[in-house]
Amino acid sequence: MAEPMGFYTDTTVCIGCKACEVACKEWNQLPSTNGGVNTLSGDSYDNTRKLDGIHWRHVKFIEQFTETRQDGRWLLMSDVCKHCVHAACLEVCPTGAITRTEFDTVVIQSDACNGCRDCIAACPFGVIDINPVSGTAQKCTLCYDRLQSGMEPACSKACPTSSIQFGTIRELRSRAQQRLDQLHQAGEKRAYLYGADEKILGGLNSFYLLVDKPEVYGLPPDPKMPTRNLTSASLFSILGAVLVGFIGMVNFRNRGGRAHEETQL
Amino acid sequence: MNGGPSSTYFTVSPEWGWLITLYFFFGGLAGGAYFLAALIDFFGQPEDRPLARLGYYISFPCVIMSGFLLVIDLHRPLRFWHMLIASNTFQPMFKYWSPMSAGSWALFIFGIFSFLSFFGALAESDRLRWSAAGRLRPPGVIATVLALVGGLCGFYVAGYTGVLLAVTNRPIWSDTPLLGMLFIVSAASTSVALLILLAERAGWTMPGLAALHRMDIYVLGLELIVLIAVVVSLGPVWRAWLNLWGLLLGTIIVLGMLFPLALNWRKDWLGDFNVTATAALVLIGGFLLRIVIVFSSEGI
Repeated sequence: MAEPMGFYTDTTVCIGCKACEVACKEWNQLPSTNGGVNTLSGDSYDNTRKLDGIHWRHVKFIEQFTETRQDGRWLLMSDVCKHCVHAACLEVCPTGAITRTEFDTVVIQSDACNGCRDCIAACPFGVIDINPVSGTAQKCTLCYDRLQSGMEPACSKACPTSSIQFGTIRELRSRAQQRLDQLHQAGEKRAYLYGADEKILGGLNSFYLLVDKPEVYGLPPDPKMPTRNLTSASLFSILGAVLVGFIGMVNFRNRGGRAHEETQL
Repeated sequence: MNGGPSSTYFTVSPEWGWLITLYFFFGGLAGGAYFLAALIDFFGQPEDRPLARLGYYISFPCVIMSGFLLVIDLHRPLRFWHMLIASNTFQPMFKYWSPMSAGSWALFIFGIFSFLSFFGALAESDRLRWSAAGRLRPPGVIATVLALVGGLCGFYVAGYTGVLLAVTNRPIWSDTPLLGMLFIVSAASTSVALLILLAERAGWTMPGLAALHRMDIYVLGLELIVLIAVVVSLGPVWRAWLNLWGLLLGTIIVLGMLFPLALNWRKDWLGDFNVTATAALVLIGGFLLRIVIVFSSEGI
């Protein structure tokens, strides 16, 4: 197995140019929405709005302005599949369509997926959705085809500010820590890394440098694996079955007893 | 959570809608009716055998309906077999930790049991002229094993759907571990109601029917307790029901549980219509319960 590969996204240098979105769409031949007619969101420069089956990259525009708009800031973040080390989608997929590659990334094999959507409900980041053209669940593959050819993913290649950086996880974590130290020394104490260590789902192979709470960026503060409920939900179900079985047996046996008593009388 | 929003609110909806809601209802009826039929076979008296057969007659068509609903809900329906066989290796595809994977196998296996029991019931009632099929009805080792294992599979099919919802990251569904228990108890209450409804309309008076009436009261009471436990176990997420879904849930509790319980207690309230009304309210309540569980999360 090759060394784990991934993305480190430094949101402080993202300028919202959306080159990553365009590069992703072009390389992966993802269709446009609304028949190619541009639909404006009307309240933001963000007209992509969300990650889904045909948007595998999404630059989020988060406006933090005062009422008078005299003071404030933009938070920009290029969102993508996190390629979790403990991947919820891979865990629940009933067809085996979702696999882990030799690069430790998570890929949906479109020819095996039957569109059951269990992975959509499982993903703690809301990354996956159905591609209306293929009828299968789709998301970022971390350009698996390019990686196999020794190339870097299209989005990081296109990023003009190196907000999206590609490399081995070991190298990326080192780079991210250096950048974090630099920001802290410069007085930006709010900066921190999200998903760079094992605390979140065993580590995110696409991790972020953020300067506000995760939920401000639309990221869950405490993402969990769906199977956390498997044992407890199964045991309670068994308890339910036992109780119903007990109720059934008691009532049918009581009737038998009463019938017997009536016969005796 | 540290006082912040539940992490389940950052996920997106899988758009499991009407087809899945109907499947949850028919799957519950299939499993529940089979379990009741097996229970009557084991603990009933000879006069109750038509009641057991009725359970098997309900179960098998409901299994067929369940499979059909699940297949057409897929975005690639022709690939339904990928749930059971890995499409690239043609090896069996089974993940015990994935409720959808285990549930697909359970539904498939339960379908076979349900079919055999349906077949046996037809033979026993002389609707099918094949004496060998009579071995599928008790007494006898084959029939006993069939009813026992099929009844357990029925419970699994009725309950795994709630576990499936819990093993996601969606709001409400994954915020309580009790949905599987709720679905099993609700499957029992709706199945008891359907058996009573059909048996009474056929004018049957066997002793097992009285036992079903008594069972109805206890199962409805248990369902009410489990539903309250579900709301409590949601913690702060219960506020997701402070809307029309919550209103519908309240209506289900009153008209689908409390009122049928009262009708069981005061059997003369609605005269000849009492039994039909009780059963119909429980069935409608069971269906609406699944609508609330599925759609209230889908809307978030």
